[in-house]
Amino acid sequence: MAWRPVHELAASGASRREIAELFVERAARLDGRVHAFLTQTPERALEAAERADRAGGGRPSPWAGLPVALKDNLVTRGLRTTCASRMLADWVPPYTATAVERLEAAGLGCLGKTNLDEFAMGSSTEHSAFGPTRNPVDLERVPGGSSGGSAAAVAAAMAPWALGSDTGGSIRQPAAYCGVVGLKPSYGRVSRYGLVAFASSLDQIGPITRDVRDAAILLGLIAGHDPRDATSAERPVPDYLERLEEGVRGLRVGLPREYFGEGVAPEVREAVLGAARALEREGARVEETELPSTRYALAAYYVVAPAEASANLARYDGVRYGFRAAGATSYADLYDRTRQKGFGAEVRRRIMLGTYALSAGYYDQYYLKAQQVRTLIRREFGEAFRRFDLLLTPTAPTAAFRLGEVSDPLTMYMNDICTIPANLAGLPAISLPCGSAGGLPVGAQLMAAPFEEALLLRAARALEAALSLQPWRPAAELEEVAP
Amino acid sequence: MVIGLEVHVELSTRTKMFCSCPADFGGEPNTHVCPVCLALPGALPVPNRRAVEFAIRAARALHCEIAAETKFDRKNYHYPDLPKGYQISQYDQPLARNGWLEIETEEGRRRIRIRRLHMEEDAGKSLHGEGDGEATLLDFNRAGVPLVEIVSEPDLRSPEEARAYLEMLRATVFYTGVSDVKMEEGSLRCDANVSIRPRGSSELGVLVEVKNMNSFRAVQRALAYEAERQARALARGERLERETRHWDEARGVTLPGRSKEEVNDYRYFPEPDLVPLRIDPAWVAEIEASLPELPEARLGRYQEAGLAYKEAWTLVAQRELGDFLDATVAAGAPLRQAANWLLGEVSARLNESGRPLAELRLTPAGLAGLVALVEAGTVTPTLAKQVFARMLETGEEPAVIVEREGLVQIRDEAALEAVAERVIEANPKVVADILSGKEKAVAALVGQVMRETRGKANAAKVNEVLRRRLAELRQAEPRG
Repeated sequence: MAWRPVHELAASGASRREIAELFVERAARLDGRVHAFLTQTPERALEAAERADRAGGGRPSPWAGLPVALKDNLVTRGLRTTCASRMLADWVPPYTATAVERLEAAGLGCLGKTNLDEFAMGSSTEHSAFGPTRNPVDLERVPGGSSGGSAAAVAAAMAPWALGSDTGGSIRQPAAYCGVVGLKPSYGRVSRYGLVAFASSLDQIGPITRDVRDAAILLGLIAGHDPRDATSAERPVPDYLERLEEGVRGLRVGLPREYFGEGVAPEVREAVLGAARALEREGARVEETELPSTRYALAAYYVVAPAEASANLARYDGVRYGFRAAGATSYADLYDRTRQKGFGAEVRRRIMLGTYALSAGYYDQYYLKAQQVRTLIRREFGEAFRRFDLLLTPTAPTAAFRLGEVSDPLTMYMNDICTIPANLAGLPAISLPCGSAGGLPVGAQLMAAPFEEALLLRAARALEAALSLQPWRPAAELEEVAP
Repeated sequence: MVIGLEVHVELSTRTKMFCSCPADFGGEPNTHVCPVCLALPGALPVPNRRAVEFAIRAARALHCEIAAETKFDRKNYHYPDLPKGYQISQYDQPLARNGWLEIETEEGRRRIRIRRLHMEEDAGKSLHGEGDGEATLLDFNRAGVPLVEIVSEPDLRSPEEARAYLEMLRATVFYTGVSDVKMEEGSLRCDANVSIRPRGSSELGVLVEVKNMNSFRAVQRALAYEAERQARALARGERLERETRHWDEARGVTLPGRSKEEVNDYRYFPEPDLVPLRIDPAWVAEIEASLPELPEARLGRYQEAGLAYKEAWTLVAQRELGDFLDATVAAGAPLRQAANWLLGEVSARLNESGRPLAELRLTPAGLAGLVALVEAGTVTPTLAKQVFARMLETGEEPAVIVEREGLVQIRDEAALEAVAERVIEANPKVVADILSGKEKAVAALVGQVMRETRGKANAAKVNEVLRRRLAELRQAEPRG
């Protein structure tokens, strides 16, 4: 039962209380091994379920009473929101993120707040101040990051679906590593109000789900203009389910050469090319293409993202909220000590990088250059989407690696190489399981032009149906304790 | 001496620059705050359209060009009362550029160029030593209040010019209605960039920034002090340092602030939480069309009507006086005469009472009526002052007061002759003096007549009647 996607659970005839209890119990029993959650809120999940059961036909939405896990960088009123940082270990926000508010309005209940790389900076969920999350498929491996907690919660069926955030691949890459579906919407599609900022011009909230239909449903619940976010788009939200099953006949799919080159594991390449053939069988026209600026994307990202992060994280000064270091003798001293002790190494590294890239004398050389590259990449995608409806690539160059295996930051950053371009260009992109490498899940990524989520989901659904893969089962150790 | 001014003006919008918290001055500390202006994690700014409108209004009043597209930037620096650790400001694409203001200088009217006007948000306020012991308390009510910064070109040449520019700037912004521009409440703040150079040299000297000047007088004094200090230092052969100095009002000196080792690198970059603003020219035109007559134009008009610069400026700088003057003129009074009343009696009353003009029981129509009565000779200037006093007490029309209290001027010669006769009879000694050649003593008799008529007599007529009667007496006198 817990393995079924939400749309099937909702139609199963089970009461919402039964469904919620199922996940509450699994989370309570299994999370000791996975550590997907930083905070579990069974009472919130059960309360919402009971409310939905009582409401009967008067439910606010068809999904009312179903539980959802939330990445712990989405602020939740009255519920501690830590960003997996010592800095916010005890912070209880007085307000709720718009995306979460919308889920609450639809009657969904929060199951808990999930683990992440501190302030969403990382590709493995090892950089959490509260300890790493493990990949449910293989507990010795990372779940990917930074939404590793959300991906792992869904992969271990401790949550039926979850919200993550994606700045450079933070939804798609862990979804790929854990064998679930992850969608990064177009920039501006989902309000960022209440998402604790990492890099404002790149961040976007999105769903992590068991299947593509669930992704379409969850996106539909959180998408739409929000007057509290000046970057949120004033475009109507289409019905993502309406044409979901219409297939890919006649669609043009590009395979950009640069995403299949050096560093991409042969098994990953094969699995994604298999997905390409599946799309072709379904009637899509698949063709190789080129996106030459891709090779500069990683460098541009690692200037822009830390630059914005350095400013976004400047507010953690120990003055108004969050962690405050003891024993300071002046404001400057308080500031230094608080940030020295409150932030982990990776966050400090990125603040330093960003501060450097923006500082006098380096701005033109780094930040400005990076923004120019970004414009170039955006333009290149624009041209590509005149010739193709979709682009198909691997989500990550390899399958999940072992905990502690990658210690060099640069190698770690390479894991986002396939996902970063979509963030730089503001495109919607989805990762879905397409095969395996060494017994581990491999994700295929589809990208579309901005605000073409409906098309993207439709193609992803067609691919999912064509591949008809069995869901990834968690590690034997988890199966033992599972019912 | 070369001076450029950077002026911050707080806009009096109802809500803050990037959130919907009230932007009013005062309030219990930290009562006008929300996640956005406290920079809680996850909060995002949304620009206040009204603030942009106000900024455009001020910019057009200062003859600035409005950018077709403008964006916000982050100015990064740390201060405990700056909640985000950066200030949202504008860097390379300010809302407005290339404006000017005209000021009166020793060499006549001069145009002072304005380099740019941009929007930004205010920080909170640190209260030092007001809590327990040495604690610093923070009030974030002001954090996020919209400001415009108006930067002049280094076109000012003396402390007097700087003051004149600042006064003209203040009046202009005040006329637009977008700010109350009170220096004492911090809604107008001024920093100055000062350097000195040998006369005739075009090379700029070492720049010193002077901060913390809280009144027009302080600006003038601080700049004068700074010119003197820099000149002396150079005369001693010292090298000036590029630095920030603070004006100490009590001691009348500037003191060094941040040294150059600590010079801030603000690491400006485009604010990613906000999208660039496209400014619709039609909107600008609409805003511009709603501007009132501005101080420069009003000043010119008053000067053309014959007022001296100082008189005209007094009426322009105190907008309520100017407005009252225009309304009085509209009610039929000649500008010169109406201005005399406002600069004289009315100003005196206002200074006495310390109250605003609106609280005096005086209407433009009333003042125009009074001027008309004087013009028509119905009342003497002396009587007019009495009527004026009564008007303020009762709020009645001057004609009504004149009628009821019988304050009409006496021009009737027969009536005046009768009084003159009485006075002559009652003052034989004075008359004798006059007849013996002391012509000046006539004034004493005139005074007597005026007293007898309680000031109602027309002074010229009294003079005429008295002199005629005295001449008769002189002729009647036997020649000896």
